[in-house]
Amino acid sequence: MRKTSLNAVHRALGAKMVEFSGWDMPVEYPSSIGCGIVAEHMAVRTGVGVFDVSHMGDIRLSGPGALDAVQNISMNDASRLAVGQAQYSALLYPQGTFVDDVIVHRLGEDDYLLVINAGTREKDFNWVRDNTRQFKCRVEHVSDDFTQIAVQGPKAVNLLQKLTDADLSAVKFYWVTRGTVCGLHEILIARTGYTAEDGFEIYIPSDEVTSARVWNDILTAGKEFGAIPCGLGARNTLRLEGKLPLYGHEISDIINVWEAGLDRFCKMEKPEFIGRAALEKVRAEGIRKTLVGLEMVERGIARDGYKVLDDGGREVGYVTSGSPAPFLKKNIALAYVPQAHAAIGSTVKVEIRGQGVGAQVVPTPFYKRPRKA
Amino acid sequence: MSYPTDRKYTKEHEWITPDGTIGITQYAQESLGDIVFVDLPKAGTEITAGKTFGTVESVKAVSDLYAPASGTVTEANGELATSPEKVNKDAHGSWMVKIKLKDPSELNGLLSAADYEKFAGEEAGH
Repeated sequence: MRKTSLNAVHRALGAKMVEFSGWDMPVEYPSSIGCGIVAEHMAVRTGVGVFDVSHMGDIRLSGPGALDAVQNISMNDASRLAVGQAQYSALLYPQGTFVDDVIVHRLGEDDYLLVINAGTREKDFNWVRDNTRQFKCRVEHVSDDFTQIAVQGPKAVNLLQKLTDADLSAVKFYWVTRGTVCGLHEILIARTGYTAEDGFEIYIPSDEVTSARVWNDILTAGKEFGAIPCGLGARNTLRLEGKLPLYGHEISDIINVWEAGLDRFCKMEKPEFIGRAALEKVRAEGIRKTLVGLEMVERGIARDGYKVLDDGGREVGYVTSGSPAPFLKKNIALAYVPQAHAAIGSTVKVEIRGQGVGAQVVPTPFYKRPRKA
Repeated sequence: MSYPTDRKYTKEHEWITPDGTIGITQYAQESLGDIVFVDLPKAGTEITAGKTFGTVESVKAVSDLYAPASGTVTEANGELATSPEKVNKDAHGSWMVKIKLKDPSELNGLLSAADYEKFAGEEAGH
């Protein structure tokens, strides 16, 4: 199993470790230090939490043909990015289904960084390399160069500002900057995350000593804001409340862009990109199933893979992600259902241990962070 | 952690007292994490040693409850339906069901507190 450079730090903190996409990762930290999935989730919603997300992968495209290359392999319009700006996007197969979802960062004039999922690192890199050969651009797999730490929550900006000379108030959501962080020069600081909260992701050198020092410095500086370390358990419940897709669940090689409801990140009017033709065709034929948010109205928790039934008990769909929502204090789920069951207010059942348990289609995202006054 | 000696334990991490009160162990609650849902059988339900009789769910996971002994449920702890987190706070004080034991000698085959503690320690070491 692969380990991030912070593995020993997690173990020393007493984290419960699990295998995730081939990585040995902390799922939650112990209650003896004020952690646990619920506490970690609440810290991010109300204060600040710190995550090791070094398992995420990174692909760099640079050179005069870099923009054309990025445009060819991704569905959002990278030509709209200013230097220092980032966008949510996806790599698609010719069928219009997902290779992976990505964040595209424009770091320089002809310099792009794609942040990809842990479980799809090699597949993504091969896909990007093979589908950008016709462009004048260098493609590098730089995942192992970085320890990636996510500082997330309404107090993330206050915490990180203590450790950097960069003016973070000038960095808007989905923009990046560079600055000195914990004495390390020219560190990439992105105002991005996977928690549906304000926050930053920093990319520091991946050696163990530096990684541990920065991790500890962040937690120490965060004490006054109630910062705690957070694991993949809270990362999952946070992203679910915000309806942020997870590869292998809401999106995959058998789900297309329209079904996943990611239309606004797919720019059909931009120049040709892989998957575009199939998406035109699929749209003309009509979308069969669609991703909806469910809230349990009867006692029970929907889980990944559970069946969705109509009122008559007939199987009509399936749950992609389901969990108690610690901040909303409801049992929620994302599910694929036919259009006929997708309207807000529709009632369905989720099959839990052989029993149909009542649920309702509700507006998503389940959670939206409050805008600052 | 010391486990109370007034009861017996199973390798599935349940405890049972000689009068048929059943719960899950401190080790079990620690491994599960934040418990958010407990599903228990109604009074009158027959349960069978080694078979599942209910479910406990944490934020992350679903776990079956296995009957340490056979018998008829006389009472389920209704308090856990609204306050499942009590199991995290006091696993050995938060009982799940009480049963009328079919054969009290079944308890002889279960683990003592000392043996269970050793067993749980080995599991944790994995």
